Amino acid sequence: MVHWSAEEKQLIASVWSKVNVAECGAEALARLLIVYPWTQRVFASFGNLSSPTAIIGNPKVRAHGKKVLTSFGEAVKNLDNIKVTYAKLPELHCEKLHVDPENFRLLGDILIIVLASHFARDFTPACQFAWQKLVGVVAHALARKYH
Amino acid sequence: MTLTQAEKATVVTIWAKVATQADAIGAESLERLFSSYPQTKTYFPHFDLSQGSAQLRGHGSKVMNAIGEAVKHIDDIRGALAKLSELHAYILRVDPVNFKLLSHCILCSVAARYPSDFTPEVHAAWDKFLSSVSSVLTEKYR
Repeated sequence: MVHWSAEEKQLIASVWSKVNVAECGAEALARLLIVYPWTQRVFASFGNLSSPTAIIGNPKVRAHGKKVLTSFGEAVKNLDNIKVTYAKLPELHCEKLHVDPENFRLLGDILIIVLASHFARDFTPACQFAWQKLVGVVAHALARKYH
Repeated sequence: MTLTQAEKATVVTIWAKVATQADAIGAESLERLFSSYPQTKTYFPHFDLSQGSAQLRGHGSKVMNAIGEAVKHIDDIRGALAKLSELHAYILRVDPVNFKLLSHCILCSVAARYPSDFTPEVHAAWDKFLSSVSSVLTEKYR
């Protein structure tokens, strides 16, 4: 089980309380697909991903980004129980979706950059540390049932 | 992964802004690196790494100056950073994984200071550029 200090929990919660999940999720997923275009491979059914503008405006990308970050919010609410919170998701990503777990790491880092751009100087190095730990734990939880 | 003309232009344009705060961004990036990835401190046992330390600021400036050189010679990054490439390969021998970590922290610092400029296209171009720089710095490792 991951140990979270009181400070880490507070830093995570205080940032999360100010996050617009729909906007932030959409932006993070769009940036993933733009900055690392090979990640588009799992989104063949999403329609037009031919340019950054197309990706940013794509309603399926926006909806899926919101879905992903909403799910991420479950981890934030259950820091001491992330493995249990994500009981079904690992199998889904491995067996149904066939997503390379490296993508979880990439999306986690993109999310951090999005947070940095939204919170600017408030996203201190200490804040980043807590969030890097969180995205790492989430990525690990999603990847642990791969076979 | 070579930079397109458009990406090079994007990097150069943003650098003009970033350069005005290069020293601060360099120091902040290192601070983020050592804080989020404590294992990177193993390369600096001889440094005072406390926030605001002169050595941290000095080294941050060094890193950003090198990046500035790469921007200035963006059509020949390999030529511009040839000496640094040898330094990292034969003397410093920083494990290649750490270049990604520092690049990520530089992007965080730039995003935090220039949020409206740091569009997805700019983000992509800079990620690719720093990746190129990292490749050049590690290409003589073996």
